[in-house]
Amino acid sequence: MTTSCFLHPALILIVGAIILPLVRGPFKKPYLVLIPLLTFANVLYLSTQPGTYGIVPFLDWQLVFGRVDSYSIVFAFIMALMAIIGTIYGLHVENVWHHVAAWFYVAGSLGVIYCGDYLVLFLFWEMMAFASTFLVWFNKEEGALAAGYRYILVHSFGGVVLLLGFILRYQATGDLSFVLMDENNTQLYTWLILAGLMLNAAVPPLHSWLPDAYSKATAVGAVFMCAFTTKTAVYTLIRAYAGFDILIVLGVVMAIYGIVYAIMENDIRRLLGWEIVSQVGYMVAGIGIGTALAINGACAHAFAHILYKGLLFMAAGAVIHATGKSKLTELGGLYKKMPATLLFMIVGGISVSAFPFFSGFVTKSMIIAASLSEHLLLAAFLLTLVSAGTFLVAGLRLPYLLFFSNRRGTEETYARAEDPPWNMQAAMIISSLFCVLIGTYLPFLYDMLPNTGVPYHPYSSYHISETLQILAFTALAFYFFHRKIGPEPTISLDLDWFYRRGGQAFLWLAKYPIQMADNAWGAAYRVVGLNSLMTTAKFSAWFDWHGIDGIVDGTARSVRAIGRRLSAVLQRGQIQMTIYYTVTFAAVILIAYVWL
Amino acid sequence: MIVQLIDSLRARLQGLTYFFFGAIAAIVVWSLTVDLHHAHTWAEKVIPAFWGIFAFASAMAIIFFSRWFGKGGITTREDYYDN
Repeated sequence: MTTSCFLHPALILIVGAIILPLVRGPFKKPYLVLIPLLTFANVLYLSTQPGTYGIVPFLDWQLVFGRVDSYSIVFAFIMALMAIIGTIYGLHVENVWHHVAAWFYVAGSLGVIYCGDYLVLFLFWEMMAFASTFLVWFNKEEGALAAGYRYILVHSFGGVVLLLGFILRYQATGDLSFVLMDENNTQLYTWLILAGLMLNAAVPPLHSWLPDAYSKATAVGAVFMCAFTTKTAVYTLIRAYAGFDILIVLGVVMAIYGIVYAIMENDIRRLLGWEIVSQVGYMVAGIGIGTALAINGACAHAFAHILYKGLLFMAAGAVIHATGKSKLTELGGLYKKMPATLLFMIVGGISVSAFPFFSGFVTKSMIIAASLSEHLLLAAFLLTLVSAGTFLVAGLRLPYLLFFSNRRGTEETYARAEDPPWNMQAAMIISSLFCVLIGTYLPFLYDMLPNTGVPYHPYSSYHISETLQILAFTALAFYFFHRKIGPEPTISLDLDWFYRRGGQAFLWLAKYPIQMADNAWGAAYRVVGLNSLMTTAKFSAWFDWHGIDGIVDGTARSVRAIGRRLSAVLQRGQIQMTIYYTVTFAAVILIAYVWL
Repeated sequence: MIVQLIDSLRARLQGLTYFFFGAIAAIVVWSLTVDLHHAHTWAEKVIPAFWGIFAFASAMAIIFFSRWFGKGGITTREDYYDN
């Protein structure tokens, strides 16, 4: 219980990111690898020293920055590991600010994982949202800027809901600690905090931001994003909402919803984004079940998911990096040009599909087993149905349409296709090895899981037989019906329709009726108000010139200068930024209201 | 190396297809002999190759539901959100 030897891993990344722009030439790449390695080493060290560190007195509270326990240990381990893999994958990126944004993003995730109260959580939560937006904005592709704005707006909204929730909770209970909520005594704030956390976990109906933003991020940015936001949110749900029955329903709905949209999708990263929604559904359902085995399953599945989903996003990123195309209708038949990428995508695909000896097999089944032992038969069968769908989408449809089938792209696309540079391949090799390690050497992951005393043995002959039947017959269905799920040049409407069309409707309103009213007002003003105004103006000019000028001139000039500068910063004429500032300002006022 | 392997497999597509059908048959046969001690419901004990049938039905359900759902107005032209 000492704070003296505690160094927060997020601090290493933040300081590392601040120094990074100064590091030049031959030192840059070693430095890029060194900082995540140091962070990982620090996380490993902390894992051996459970306890509560980093307690900072602030006004009336004790802020807790370092709660190291069985939950935070497993999540911090995988996040720090993914930071190394993601940074290696992005070593070729010249834009130093891209690395800075990525490290701040990871730092935010680690900060949330180690935090012990809602204020610290909120600080790092917003850091994640803000930093990750830049990973979308750095993409020069058309539509990325708008997607980034949508992403930050949705997350600002979620952040404000979370803030409102924990401040109401503080007013009611005087407690800011980030602990398990009481399901038998739910208040408005319980649901507000839940909604804020669920938005980041992409639980429907708060999920549309995920495929939207991840498909528009940079190739490297998407690899970071697919790991951190949703799984950090899963961690917070485990902490605060384990055992809430509503999460079982939402989790199962999420798993099915994601897979249905994934199968209709044409953009490879949107497809993988929908797959995340589906897989996080398993974790959310596990959290809802809330037994020791289910929570272990949710943690284990999040751990495995980060690695295989990262691998799939890395392989998809390699295709986009080489060809510049991301739509299945513009790709196909790439295996001759990108054999290594094919291999990595298949390892990722069969890991997510839960092939024996790969990571998904030993983690996903834990959640299904937990739901069966709680006699939740419907949930268990529906989640198994989604397992078949997962193999169909990520194990069969995606690799088949990308690397086999006929060439649908131009000759130029095919000519540009090649396996990615060494650093991207190295990152994919590391991820692949971990996928196999988790699936073959069980103690590696199982010994890290938070709940002890609930042994689980995935390699029973019945479970292997069950899995092989599922895989074999799903493959058979694909063999017969794969033409039904071929690529089509379409997009799928989702709940983001409301805010995207809503935004367009608002723009239309601003452009036509409001503008018309403004013009009419202007005309009336000129006719009616001009004479009286001229008289008043003449008087005020005289008064100003003769009376006040001498005293106020200096003040007025400085105020005008400040005003001009402020408006240059704050009012860029972009409605999104204005809303963002307004929302942030409202949040600050809200905090001030409670504090003062 | 990977490319040569795939090309040689593609050249023997018919044989490969038979091999996979054989593998599926073997999996079914094994499922009939496997210890049902870990089975969760009566259906798994009574219906032979239960999970195979379940997975095939699931995959079909997902494929056809998605098609029906998509054609019902969910999938639309790519420039839908462009003005």
